[in-house]
Amino acid sequence: MWGWLLRRLGQIIPTLLILSVLIFALQQLMPGDPAIIMAGEERGDPQVLAEIRAELLLDRPIWEQYGAWLWRLLHGDLGFSWRIRQPVGALILEKLPVTLQLGLMAFVISVAIGVPAGIVSATYRDRPADWVANGVALAGISTPNFWLGIMMILFFSVQLGWLPPSGYVPLTEDWRQSLATTIMPAFVLGGGIAGVFMRHTRAAMIGALGQDYVRTARAKGLPERVVVNRHALRNALIPVVTLGTIELGRLLAGAVLTEQIFSIPGFGKLIVDAVFNRDYPVVQGVVVVTAVIFVSLSLLGDLLYMAINPRLRAA
Amino acid sequence: MTARLLAPLAVAAALLAGAAHAQDRPNLRIGLREDPDIMDPTLARSFVGRIVFASLCDKLFDINDKLEIVPQLATGYRWEDPKTLLITLRDGVTFHDGERMDAEAVRYSLLRHLTMQGSFRRGEITDLETVEVVDPTTVRLRLKQPSSPFLSQLTDRSGMIVSPKAAEAAGRDFGARPVCAGPFRFVERIAQDRIVLERFPAYWNAASIHFNRVTFQPITDSTARLANLQSGTLELIEVTSPSDVPAIRRDRRLALSTVEGLGYWNLIFNIGNGPRAATPMGQDRRLREAFDLAIDREALIGVVYEGLHTPTAQPIPPASPMHVRELRPAARDVERAKALLREAGVRTPVTVDLMVPNSPETRQAAEVMQSMVGEAGFDLRIVATEFASSLAAGVRGDFQAYLIAWSGRPDPDGNVWTFLHSRGAQNDGKYANPEVDALLDQTRTESEPDKRRALYAEAFRIALTTDRARLYLWHPKVIMAYAARLQGLALLPDGLIRLQGVRLR
Repeated sequence: MWGWLLRRLGQIIPTLLILSVLIFALQQLMPGDPAIIMAGEERGDPQVLAEIRAELLLDRPIWEQYGAWLWRLLHGDLGFSWRIRQPVGALILEKLPVTLQLGLMAFVISVAIGVPAGIVSATYRDRPADWVANGVALAGISTPNFWLGIMMILFFSVQLGWLPPSGYVPLTEDWRQSLATTIMPAFVLGGGIAGVFMRHTRAAMIGALGQDYVRTARAKGLPERVVVNRHALRNALIPVVTLGTIELGRLLAGAVLTEQIFSIPGFGKLIVDAVFNRDYPVVQGVVVVTAVIFVSLSLLGDLLYMAINPRLRAA
Repeated sequence: MTARLLAPLAVAAALLAGAAHAQDRPNLRIGLREDPDIMDPTLARSFVGRIVFASLCDKLFDINDKLEIVPQLATGYRWEDPKTLLITLRDGVTFHDGERMDAEAVRYSLLRHLTMQGSFRRGEITDLETVEVVDPTTVRLRLKQPSSPFLSQLTDRSGMIVSPKAAEAAGRDFGARPVCAGPFRFVERIAQDRIVLERFPAYWNAASIHFNRVTFQPITDSTARLANLQSGTLELIEVTSPSDVPAIRRDRRLALSTVEGLGYWNLIFNIGNGPRAATPMGQDRRLREAFDLAIDREALIGVVYEGLHTPTAQPIPPASPMHVRELRPAARDVERAKALLREAGVRTPVTVDLMVPNSPETRQAAEVMQSMVGEAGFDLRIVATEFASSLAAGVRGDFQAYLIAWSGRPDPDGNVWTFLHSRGAQNDGKYANPEVDALLDQTRTESEPDKRRALYAEAFRIALTTDRARLYLWHPKVIMAYAARLQGLALLPDGLIRLQGVRLR
């Protein structure tokens, strides 16, 4: 077990290194000169452009830029935002709790709706409950976040005046306001993913319910509730957990459109604004942190398999 | 037990006290189109940043609705000779850190703008040679050469005076905690979420300020920004999408304010910037004239911009005293356009690639143009390009025609020289005509308004009417929407929000 864990951790470091090279290489392919976009309407002064390039090392070869960045990164320094001159590390720490809260709320909503709906749908296969669950799931997956978000703002904020239309209040400041500002975006985000969970849980459950051990369990005379919950569900959960870690990772990497619509100052908004402003240190910092989150979640997923399936522990 | 009983009472009392305080002087929440960049007047570049600065940092001078220069931190000025400017300062003004705003601070700030590494102000005040402190309320500015636009630069960020003590202490991080002498002082900034300012009680014009706090919130989506105004979570927003205007007009709880802006939208032709200039469109002025004649600006503005903007044929807006009144957009004349194409001997349809920054409205404007010029014999191909990429392509000369906006400056020089002069850094089409260069250079030293306007008229006659270097299309309006309870808001052409005299009923 410990050897396995060490081996997994050992794989993470090269993964992150390769990723850091990719980030740098891809950013070179981004059209547009960062110095020109930084200068904005003041781009008329060639001396200013030269100064910007010198200050940001843009006049150096790419490998030198990469080396300088990696060296700082190894010292825990993600650099400064070119646009607003704040440390990238501080910016990420400021946005991370926002995205964590939004992502977790959306995740809870999606699991709470998706998994039970999938179980019901599989156990009542081809009956009205299944049709309804499928219909709702399909609607959830196919409704664009952008549209749903605007509709919710217009209905709950403008028409009814129940919820603030945008912005974010930290949990530590006022938990009620915090929930009020995040419930709509969390629902928009989670609603779509709930459909994905429902479909996967249903498929996995149908597979599990058709297995021999389920027939054996039923033949032993176990009540259906026990057959479904103890025997089928536990096995069916493995692919759902994999999906869960991927979806959670996606949520934490920032829900770009949703954060834009609701003006939630999280990861998604941070990276979108940074890309449009060619604020490379922010883009690099966010991608690195996101990669670390993804890798950690994938490790967490593996650990969860072991908790769910004892056979994997022995292996 | 007593404590448990008293706690809710204490909370209620605190809430009531807070409410009473808030009633005394309310807070104001303003929705911006994007997150401002760094809040350091020397290093700042964005337009929305200027909106925040208007509440944070007073300038030596300001403009009025006629674009005349009026004193703000200064009390007056006098040209001792064409290269020497004497400025007298308001006495008794303090910065937000309690330091005195005096001639020494003005000298420090101007030199900071001029010499700080990466300063975006240097280009604006590059004619400045020295700043002398005459006495605590008088400075003398010596210029390298006479400069008509110089004074107007002091009505914007170049004229913002910062606290030398705070600026020295913070260095390049000054933008994280700016200290100026404006009506509000900096409280906090959460990137992409809000910038909070609070009333500065020692402001020199404190009686005109009726808000306790001002919060600027960037909301990029125009529909979401309007929804915030409608639901009462914001009191004032920038309107960037004219299609929102009818809904605002219908809502009795809201009010709308528009003013003729300083900027313009124009079409740059690639005349001499690299190989892509070698097209019939780039080389033959008759084709560019035909293109102009094929466009009906009024109709385009009506379709795409709710008829709000003002058609134009020049870079100087009607609000400016330098506006060349006799230069008006030609009426649409498709037959004459076709005749010009025949005269030029080109095979129709003439293919033209038009690069446009990728936003729904600019794309729509380009599509309207596409259909209009199509009737005259042009095959306009729209190349929608992400904004930053389009800027770089513009500089490289990787375009045939480029539809782009300029936000505008109070002095016409900021709208003209850098775009039409052969040495102008933003002359992306690389138009060059020595006659025009000479005229534009003269506009910079001519101080007599009538003579200066005549120079502009002559420069435009050559560059625009004859050479067709650029095609000016319309001057956009500045549009603000706000809660009807908000009163006293007077918009000026620069589109900034000045909170002096504004109150919430």
